Amino acid sequence: MIGAAYAEEAGHGGGHGGGGTGLPDPMHQFEIKRLIELDVFGFDASFTNSALFMVIAAALITLFTVFAMRKGSLVPGRLQSVAEMSYEFVAGMVRDNVGTEGMKYFPFIFTLFMFVLALNMLGMVPYSFTVTSHIIVTFALAAFIFIAVTIIGFWKHGIKFLKFFVPSGVPFVMLPLLVVIEVISYLTRPVSLSVRLFANMMAGHTMLKVFGSFVVALGLLGGWAALAFMVAFTGLELLVAFLQAYVFAILTCIYLNDALHMH
Amino acid sequence: MPQLNPLDWAPQLIWLLVTFGVLYLLMVWIALPRIGSVIETRAAHIAADLAAAERLRRETEEAIAAYEQALAEAKQKAHAIVEEGRVKLKAETDAERAKLDAQLAAKGEEAEARIEKAKVAAMKDVNAVASDVAADIVKKLIGTAPAKAEVDKAVSAARKA
Repeated sequence: MIGAAYAEEAGHGGGHGGGGTGLPDPMHQFEIKRLIELDVFGFDASFTNSALFMVIAAALITLFTVFAMRKGSLVPGRLQSVAEMSYEFVAGMVRDNVGTEGMKYFPFIFTLFMFVLALNMLGMVPYSFTVTSHIIVTFALAAFIFIAVTIIGFWKHGIKFLKFFVPSGVPFVMLPLLVVIEVISYLTRPVSLSVRLFANMMAGHTMLKVFGSFVVALGLLGGWAALAFMVAFTGLELLVAFLQAYVFAILTCIYLNDALHMH
Repeated sequence: MPQLNPLDWAPQLIWLLVTFGVLYLLMVWIALPRIGSVIETRAAHIAADLAAAERLRRETEEAIAAYEQALAEAKQKAHAIVEEGRVKLKAETDAERAKLDAQLAAKGEEAEARIEKAKVAAMKDVNAVASDVAADIVKKLIGTAPAKAEVDKAVSAARKA
């Protein structure tokens, strides 16, 4: 983030200096800061900067969807169109990838998509915090999806769901190997799902930070090149922020479809 | 990497659960039903409007068909009236002409009869005139007047020859 980079340089100076290079530590932006210390039943439930942005994201989504639809006009205004478009977008995604019986899970997919999108986009605001750049958050979401989808699969098909791991039309001798591969690929789903989002967000924001510090370090003479790159890269990061939310939601749809239709 | 500090995991997970859970409930209870109902109302409205348009279109087509049928019927009727008039007129004309023909024929016959009568009368006069002329000629030639019966006989014989 441009702003964050400047703030870093101006405010903390070399306080978080990375290895004596004089440049600010690009990982500093990912640090969790406890804004309110809280302890609930022995668990550390402190209200952190991460929690703050989760609350902001949830509040923004709620305000947006409720405020945009306050009139519920037959001919929608601009804001209402956007709210309806996001609804139709996710509904279309679920219908296309899971089918009509997947519409039962539409509210979850919608919440998931909007939440991840809001967190990614909020991360693009200077001085803000990117919640999805933390593996624990993305992994918790991915693990929840993985467990829920597996339960749905067994609940829907019973023990026959195990057939999902047995590819049809392969020679008998190949089966043991293929079943193992299938099981491994199934079990790595939560990892790939969570790491994809986390790594994309963290890498993008680290890059922005590094180039932001280059702008300052190179000064008026050379800083422009780094600044131009940052402007372009910020555009790319906005695309990535949307795309990763979309990928996260659509992969959830695909996993759900596997559980419901077993293929 | 701050992401790998396990001490920071618990607060993030707890707040993720809280915020995501609350957001999910808000979406399910408030936001999504509202958006869904607006979209459905609009779809129903559009469907109703389309149905009404279709109904009106059908009614228009029916009206056009009825109009065209009425027009065709009227044309046929007009044609029939014209034909009837023509036939009636022809019949009247024919009758008139026949009557006139008959009158003319009667008049012609009458005229012919009169001519014949006149001719016969004229012929009779011719005989008398011829007899007179013959008698006169004979008297001038021979000095004596012949008998009238003989002259008539001779004139008729001469005319027949």
